Amino acid sequence: MIRRCLPHPLMSGFLLLAWLLLQRSLAPATLLAGVLVAMGLGRAFGKLRPPAARIRNVPLLVRLLLRVMGDIVRSNLAVAWLVLRPGGQVRSGFVSVSLELTDPYGLAALACIITSTPGTIWVDHDSTRRVLLIHVLDLVDEAAWIGNIKRRYERPLLEIFQ
Amino acid sequence: MNHLDALPPWAAVLVGVLVLLGAGFAFVGSLGLLRLRDFYKRVHAPTLGTTLGTFFMVVASIVCFSVAQGRPVLHEMLIGVFLTLTTPITLMLLVRAALYRNRVEGQQRVPPPR
Repeated sequence: MIRRCLPHPLMSGFLLLAWLLLQRSLAPATLLAGVLVAMGLGRAFGKLRPPAARIRNVPLLVRLLLRVMGDIVRSNLAVAWLVLRPGGQVRSGFVSVSLELTDPYGLAALACIITSTPGTIWVDHDSTRRVLLIHVLDLVDEAAWIGNIKRRYERPLLEIFQ
Repeated sequence: MNHLDALPPWAAVLVGVLVLLGAGFAFVGSLGLLRLRDFYKRVHAPTLGTTLGTFFMVVASIVCFSVAQGRPVLHEMLIGVFLTLTTPITLMLLVRAALYRNRVEGQQRVPPPR
C-alpha cells in the first residue's frame, strides 16, 4: 500500500523538504500542498524507470559526507595555493583507476565527490571494463591518488550502495 | 539606509567576513582560470567558486537574514545542494568535449581511446 502511494520515498522526501524550505513555512496548507506535490512528482519520477536505489548503511553515508566536506576544504586551500604561488607551472595529468563499484547511484555519487573536490575531475568511465579516467591538477604520485580514491571513497560507497 | 542597518554589530562583522571569504575563493578560482596554462588545468580552478566560495556566501546569507528577520531562514541551502549536483555535469561535458577533440586532432598528451 505504502509502495503504491509512495513508490520513491527518498525522492519524495527530498522534494517535500525542498518545497518546505522554498515556501519558508510549516503552515498546514503548505505542508499539505507539499505532500501532494512530492507524491505526484515521486510517481512521475517512477515513469523514468530509474534503477532501484538502496542505501544500506546510513551512518557510513553521514561519515562519508563529513569526510568529503573535509577533503573539499583541504583541496580548496591546496588549489588556491597552486593558483596564487608565484611562477612555476604544476604538473598535471590523467589517471586511470579500475573500480569495483558498479551501482549507478554509487558511481553518480563518486562522480559528484571527485568533481566537487577541486583538483580532480571525473573524465570518463568505461562500464564494461570498469575503468575510470580522471584528471588530476597536481599530479605528483599516481599510485597515491589511485589508492586514495579507492580507499577513501570507493570502499564506503561499495558498502552504502552495493 | 536599508534593512541591513538593523543588524547588530557582531552579525554585521560576521556576515562581512563570510562574504569576503566567499568572494575571495571565487576570485582565486577565476584567477586560476586566467593563470593556469592549458584547458585541462583551467577547468579545475572554478570549482573553488562552486564549493567554498558558494558555501561562505550561503552561510553569510543564512546568518544575515536569520538575524534580520529573527527566525531561521534556511532556503539558501538548496543553492548549495543544486550546485553540488549540477556542476559536475557541466564540467564533465566540457572535459569530455575537449578530450574528444584532442583525440581527433591526434594530440599525444591525452590518453588514447580504448
